[in-house]
Amino acid sequence: MTVMIDTGNYIAAKAAVMAKPDVVAAYPITPQTTLVEGIANYVASGEYKGEYICVESEHSAMSACIGSSATGVRTFTATSSHGLLLMHEMLHWAALARLPIVMCNINRVIGPGWNIWADENDSISQRDTGWIQFYCSSNQEIFDTIIQSFKIAEHEKISLPIMVNYNAFILSHTSMPADIPRQKEIDDYLKRYRPQWNLDCDNPITFGNIIGTEHYEKIRRAMQDAQENALRIIPEVAKEWKKLFGRFHGDLIEKYHCDDAEYILFSMGAIGAESKVAIDNLRSRGIKIGLARVRTFRPFPAQEIQNLAKNADLVVIDRNISIGYEGALFTEIKAALYGKSDAKVSGFIAGLGGKDVTFTNIENICKRAIDGKTKGSTWYGFEGAN
Amino acid sequence: MAIKDLPIDECLLTGNAACPGCPATLGLRLVFKALGKNTIMVVPACCTAVIESLYPHTSFDIPVMNIAFEAAAAGASGVEAALRKLGKKDTTVLAWAGDGGTYDIGIQALSGAIERGTNFIYICYNNQIYSNTGIQRSGATPYGAWTTTTVGGKTEFRKDMGEIIIAHHLPYAAQTCISYPEDLYGKVKKAKDIKGPKYIEILAPCPPGWRFSMDRTIDMGILAVETGAWALYEYENGNMTFNGKSKLILENKIDRKPVEEWIRQQGRFSHLFKPEKDTTKITAIQKNIDQTWERYRKQYL
Repeated sequence: MTVMIDTGNYIAAKAAVMAKPDVVAAYPITPQTTLVEGIANYVASGEYKGEYICVESEHSAMSACIGSSATGVRTFTATSSHGLLLMHEMLHWAALARLPIVMCNINRVIGPGWNIWADENDSISQRDTGWIQFYCSSNQEIFDTIIQSFKIAEHEKISLPIMVNYNAFILSHTSMPADIPRQKEIDDYLKRYRPQWNLDCDNPITFGNIIGTEHYEKIRRAMQDAQENALRIIPEVAKEWKKLFGRFHGDLIEKYHCDDAEYILFSMGAIGAESKVAIDNLRSRGIKIGLARVRTFRPFPAQEIQNLAKNADLVVIDRNISIGYEGALFTEIKAALYGKSDAKVSGFIAGLGGKDVTFTNIENICKRAIDGKTKGSTWYGFEGAN
Repeated sequence: MAIKDLPIDECLLTGNAACPGCPATLGLRLVFKALGKNTIMVVPACCTAVIESLYPHTSFDIPVMNIAFEAAAAGASGVEAALRKLGKKDTTVLAWAGDGGTYDIGIQALSGAIERGTNFIYICYNNQIYSNTGIQRSGATPYGAWTTTTVGGKTEFRKDMGEIIIAHHLPYAAQTCISYPEDLYGKVKKAKDIKGPKYIEILAPCPPGWRFSMDRTIDMGILAVETGAWALYEYENGNMTFNGKSKLILENKIDRKPVEEWIRQQGRFSHLFKPEKDTTKITAIQKNIDQTWERYRKQYL
């Protein structure tokens, strides 16, 4: 093992290359660029020996990944914001075709106006594409999650693509240390991908042709079953990873001081990491509060949330908004609790457009919720308030 | 090669879902004969996605990956890269798309794949319309032609996709037509043995789309070539060669037939003849073809 001190993107590039994908097809977009540049450097140095296709758009990036994965080889890509949105059609395609592509998405604001900072509306708006979605909160977690994602995506009971999300700049361009296992350890952990089906001249099958309703419904149901399988398999993988490499970032949810908590804060991504400091500070003042950092937004960990809500009221911070309603995590948590819990749930929108969300902000959010000074969904820090 | 010498193997199976008189199936049959079974095919939204037949059946005896409308060339790039990693260098990657998926929505992915030197054959079967969606105009639809979105006849001339492709200076590009099976077979066979990106466009007269009787598909292709509305040529290593009758036309060894002989037999141009003859538009169509051949002579003779 070595320690690599580098930005989230370069650490993601390292993880991607160590997973030995046969094909990477990608298109540059800020703030993902240093990730694909990192892979290009590994191509130049010979450390990456796969095919690297520099396509002419994100739509083509995902289309090329689909072609490669359907041919039966391990495939990786990365994008952000508008790039992810341009892929939208092919995100559905990859998931419906059950192709275990792994992709990093660096969460960035959607324009107009142009803004390159952190915001999770890009990936939240791809919620229904059938992809598994992870949200990371440190560079170490980015590394570990990318490697784990190949294992999960390629699992015979899952066979779905995975999006590894992390916040623009806060993680993508911030250096942190990460433990990097030896290549042999990764090779032992991540066996060669063996597809359940692929384009094969010795077994000529037509994939994706016209399909009647009765078969189409089965395809959708099988995808749902696969996501439900992932609810079980993701924790198994996290547990195995802890045993092999000694690190654990939570499974579906990372729980921090939740056992005796009267209040539990829910957040994702970089705000999730910042929240730990806020929890420590609030606890030092005698408030029994814990943190539940949601790692997997899809599949959604409804059961775990129901368990956490048994003895605590919940506070939810969203770095996204479903315009016309409220933050997506807030909505989904309430839906998970419907008819199963009396817990009070307060929702806050914070950090849109890359606005800083500090531990002090998070403490204020929690205090407002605890004081009962909230109603439905609240925009925190709007126009300099609070 | 004579027709009787074509390989006997068939990868286009019987019972497929094509219309009677369909030019795409004529083309597919010959393309499969030229490429053989060691071929992976990528098909975007187009008539062929229907011709393949309904899941769980297929009418093609080679592996096929369907992909979104604009994505054929990009999808093929991924297949090709994966095959290289798997050491399957002999497998041909074929992207097979219509004119809508090539001239219009797919042109970006196609241009990118050619520019990257992707080792594949991209074939556009050009029936000059979005036929699968029910006969709408495309960038390949000729001036004056009726479609469901150009109800009074198209008011613009088609783009010249062949020349757009040639501007990429790729190893091989060709235009052919289903009415000339030896020409078509020979060009696909040649492309198979060339490394890098290859582009072949097949003129495919569509009976329901062009509004002619299903037994006249071949005639409509022959007339397109004889009137110069379509040219048979190949571009190889920077050199342009016209083939068959198109060569004779280019060299002034035979006269082009008036375009009226071609268009008056197609219902899509019937408004140019009934209730009265629209001489202005017919002359415009003829003039456009004349200018195209003048340009061909200047550039390629």
